[in-house]
Amino acid sequence: MDIQKKITLDFTPVDPGLRDADQIVRPSVRYWPEVWKRLFKNKLADVCMGIILLMILLAVFVPVFSSYKYDATDLLHTNVKPCLEHLFGTDATGRDMWTRVWVGARASLAIGFLGALTPFVIGAAIGAISGWCGGWVDMAIMRICDIMLCIPSMIYMILILMLMGGSVQAMVVAMAISNWMGSARNFRGRILQFKNREFTLAARLQGAGGLRIVFRHILPNILGNIAVSLCGSVPGAIFMEAGMSYIGLGVTPPRTSLGQLSTAGIGSFLLPSQFHLFLYPAIVISVMIFAFFMFGNCLRDALDPRLRDEEYNARRFRKLRRQMRKAVQ
Amino acid sequence: MADGVLLDVQHLKKYFRLDRRQTLHAVDDVSFQIRTGETLGLVGESGCGKTTVGRTLARLYEPDGGKILFHGQDIGAFSRRDIKKNNLASKIQMIFQDPYASLNPYFTIGEIISEGLELHHIGESRAERNEMVYELLRRVGLHTEHANRFPHEFSGGQRQRVGIARALALNPEFIICDEATSALDVSVQAQVLNMLIDLKESMGLTYLVVAHDLSLVRYISDRVAVMYLGQLVEAGSVGEVYGHPMHPYTIGLLEAVPIADPDYEAEHLSTPVQGDIGSPVNPGPGCRFAGRCPYGDDECRRRTPELTETGGDHQVACFHPVK
Repeated sequence: MDIQKKITLDFTPVDPGLRDADQIVRPSVRYWPEVWKRLFKNKLADVCMGIILLMILLAVFVPVFSSYKYDATDLLHTNVKPCLEHLFGTDATGRDMWTRVWVGARASLAIGFLGALTPFVIGAAIGAISGWCGGWVDMAIMRICDIMLCIPSMIYMILILMLMGGSVQAMVVAMAISNWMGSARNFRGRILQFKNREFTLAARLQGAGGLRIVFRHILPNILGNIAVSLCGSVPGAIFMEAGMSYIGLGVTPPRTSLGQLSTAGIGSFLLPSQFHLFLYPAIVISVMIFAFFMFGNCLRDALDPRLRDEEYNARRFRKLRRQMRKAVQ
Repeated sequence: MADGVLLDVQHLKKYFRLDRRQTLHAVDDVSFQIRTGETLGLVGESGCGKTTVGRTLARLYEPDGGKILFHGQDIGAFSRRDIKKNNLASKIQMIFQDPYASLNPYFTIGEIISEGLELHHIGESRAERNEMVYELLRRVGLHTEHANRFPHEFSGGQRQRVGIARALALNPEFIICDEATSALDVSVQAQVLNMLIDLKESMGLTYLVVAHDLSLVRYISDRVAVMYLGQLVEAGSVGEVYGHPMHPYTIGLLEAVPIADPDYEAEHLSTPVQGDIGSPVNPGPGCRFAGRCPYGDDECRRRTPELTETGGDHQVACFHPVK
């Protein structure tokens, strides 16, 4: 057998493989589906999402299907302890607390969502204009922002609530006016961060205008950050309403909110017979806020894969250190 | 105006105001010409204003003085509306330095390349635009199936090819390569450079190559301009400038290029340029290089030398050019 033939039999040329070196074998991974997958995998996130959804459903449907009206008094059944007929008992005028709590949750959730979203959207628009235009426009907007930040937000809140009276709308307006500055600053910073990135310059060179660059190019890059900060400000808004109710400026009777119910319950806090008036609204509002907070945290982790790795590494490091200490002893 | 001049830059200035008293003179009175089909290399060390020149020519920055004549039309004076009306985007394009920062991570490769096509309503339908994108991808040596991938799935060299495809999408006449290969490793650099040369020949392009790598510029350019602290110190054909450098700074730059032969280097020990690069903030009168120049004298510190022709496509801005 001649040697040339033997070589061709023993060795296969490497070429065909090299030709495919540029091919990407890994399946294409889109960012957002991956985020959702990570989020749903997180059990804590699932629980929190479940709680939030359940609360929304209860708030929407309990008042509709309940056999009691939230403001109907029943003087024959006052201060009833929780039982099957009245799941959360009744208050001093015989109103069904189960219905009242979920009517209150409606107001609190509405204030939570709208009170977080409205100032955010207003602030984002103002911040985007400020960051994108730059120059004296930026200067003017940021100084207005600074001045408004100098005045405690409580003052705006109290003034607006006194002018408009206590209602969900009034709370949302008050929060919009007193809270847009933070979001404007955040958004401006983000726009500035991306304004001179090379991909933004490239888009400008391709002929893209300011609006297109802000919405199509920059917004997707900061959406994760936006989602987390929005999620974080929902419980803040709910809390704010509860605080306002405590000083008597929240949603006014006969309408009600969770904050107002807990405040009303505080008076009977020490009476064992009326303890439920405080207990149930307080539990609902606490669980609600807790769920929003934890969900926000999970969302942040899901959005930032590096952060998760860091946590994982930190845990492993602590474990290793413990083991080493044990070994030394 | 000479025949065949595509771009004639006259006394271009770009200042950045730092505060009320301080102004950074990034580009200070720079003039040069680029002929159609030619490649001009613009070299200089970090912070000398090369990139600013490129970005100002692409009208990403507003020039603060001087003229940018493109086909005899002063595009430096264009307003944003003029830029749109004259369709500057499909005449001048840019390839960016950092292949990691110049591609939007949330866009697919196809979306990145077709953005300009979409904005300029080129192509009747999405399918037709996709076909154009595939053609561009093939042209820069990528696979058509890469169109649906995201930038983070690619290597630096591949990303830079995407950046080149984007620059080619609108079929421009003039491309500014802003350190287009400096972020890549040497073997990939060579691939990309050769591709740029091939594209230039097949598409009839004109390049301005902004770089700090002297051997790269020598490889790709027909003519070269050397920049120091916002001003041109020497310009001319590659053979002239590399063969007989006349400005002390150019000589220093060329001597600083490492040679892959330690024996030769030891024999030809050169004196490196002394001192540090000066500040471009509020520069005084006189030659910017005077403080570091071995031949600097009082005249150099009083007056700014003009870029003057010395014969044979070679200009130098120096009172004491080395013969």
